[in-house]
Amino acid sequence: MTGIWSLPLLSLRCIHVWQRNLLVWRKLALASMVGNLADPMLYMLGFGYGLGRMMPDAFGGTGYIAFLAAGTVCSSTMMSASFEAMYSGFSRMHVQKTWEAIMNAPLDLDDVVAGEMLWAASKSLLSGCAVLLVAAALGLCASSLSMWVIPVILITGLAFGGLGLIMTALSPSYDFFVYYFTLVITPMMLMSGVFFPIDQLPAGLQAVTGLLPLSHAVALVRPLMSGHLPAQAWLHLCVLALYAIIGFYCALALTRRRLLK
Amino acid sequence: MTHLQVRALRKSYGANTVVDGIDLDLAPGECFGLLGPNGAGKTTTLRLCLGLTAPDSGDINVLGMRLPAEARRARARIGVVPQMDNLDPDFTVRENLQVYGRYFDLSAQEVAARIPALLEFAGLANRGDDNIRALSGGMKRRLTLARALINDPDLIFLDEPTTGLDPQARHLIWQRLRQLLAQGKTIFLTTHFMDEAERLCGRLAVMDHGRMIASGSPRELVDRHIEPQVVEVFGDSAENWARDHGAQLAERCESAGETVFCYVHDATHLIDDLAARPELRYVHRPANLEDVFLRLTGRDLRD
Repeated sequence: MTGIWSLPLLSLRCIHVWQRNLLVWRKLALASMVGNLADPMLYMLGFGYGLGRMMPDAFGGTGYIAFLAAGTVCSSTMMSASFEAMYSGFSRMHVQKTWEAIMNAPLDLDDVVAGEMLWAASKSLLSGCAVLLVAAALGLCASSLSMWVIPVILITGLAFGGLGLIMTALSPSYDFFVYYFTLVITPMMLMSGVFFPIDQLPAGLQAVTGLLPLSHAVALVRPLMSGHLPAQAWLHLCVLALYAIIGFYCALALTRRRLLK
Repeated sequence: MTHLQVRALRKSYGANTVVDGIDLDLAPGECFGLLGPNGAGKTTTLRLCLGLTAPDSGDINVLGMRLPAEARRARARIGVVPQMDNLDPDFTVRENLQVYGRYFDLSAQEVAARIPALLEFAGLANRGDDNIRALSGGMKRRLTLARALINDPDLIFLDEPTTGLDPQARHLIWQRLRQLLAQGKTIFLTTHFMDEAERLCGRLAVMDHGRMIASGSPRELVDRHIEPQVVEVFGDSAENWARDHGAQLAERCESAGETVFCYVHDATHLIDDLAARPELRYVHRPANLEDVFLRLTGRDLRD
């Protein structure tokens, strides 16, 4: 514990934190599922079929709905991980002092932050997979390659869980998260190829998309769902993994500064 | 053998020295009370003793383990009752204990076996399936205490355990703490309730501005730091009386608002004088810990 930037001490103890959150979630599962899923589904189906009908030839065989389904898998993964890491994480850290109670037991803050990040990723795995399942039921998954979307969802969830926990560590109150959604999440969604191809963006913006984790998730998920192997798959996976690792490290350091002073 | 040994402990935040070179020793089975006004450094001292923050310098040894290096191993044998309740509001009473037990790597069976006795201890035997939100403040505090015992700790830290409770609830907590002492547990509590300290603690230390300014048994502190008798005088003219008469009759007079506190070894002359003045009301009582506390830390408000 010398300095906030000392390397994380990872252990399986973080599972206890994950289990605690799972137990709470199980109590509220139904309401939480409906709330998490209704929104992305409605947008996907509404815009997918509605807009899709207006541009029958722009998106090839399965049309705009298939294009949007792949984007929605990624964006709802991002949303779910971010919400969990920020709003729910902040409740547990700051409002309910759950983390404080856990740290009075033989767990370290490192275990707590790791457990929270795994939990945020787990919840986003559920959201992402639910969208994937609906897409499959609508015949929008071209082949069994779509199964590989599941690990991509997980690593995307870890990346956004880490970023969300950074915001939580910095946040004075819930209101703070609105900035992150308005200034980071929403622009990222518009620039990452969720709703329309990246090549429709102005050239200047296209250069930036390579930095956005969501664009790498989309670059993996869309080909997998339409039955192709993604180009440069390792590059995209590495970017997502880097976001997850660096995000975790920064979140831990900032939370240490906040709670262990 | 001590359960807690602290030497030359220092911690500052920027220019603000919160813990300024304190020493502590807790023998097994004793109840030690740390007194001090708000901001004296009590909670920081506790956090240091739990390894939740690193000291700038000094040594901390808890149950034979060095902190903060071995903090996790030490916390496995410690119970903590924090100042603010941090029970899990989404869980029932029983689930709170179950989940907390897991943090200590206890198996579900072990925890299940301990829960009935803990619920009994907390006076919540019939409330196991109740939601936390349905509990009163006193019940929550008792559950927090029961939760701190889930790992059968040797040493228990309590940070202002009865702040915000009504007298009935406080007395019940005190009774439970005495039960724990009878079982041989070591207790370290912080408080600013003098009656709490007087009733529970064999040994006390008064902390202010990060330093230990006095320590000893409650009786020793009173004997050492203050005159044995106190006469409190009330009334509009109390201050004038103190200036003209009280000051000559008492060893020391302090005024606070409309009350004058006169400290004496023998109150006879003082009482005789006051008996002739019907406009002044007075109370004559033996000196207590609160008098010591105010003497040592002053009467100014601390925020």
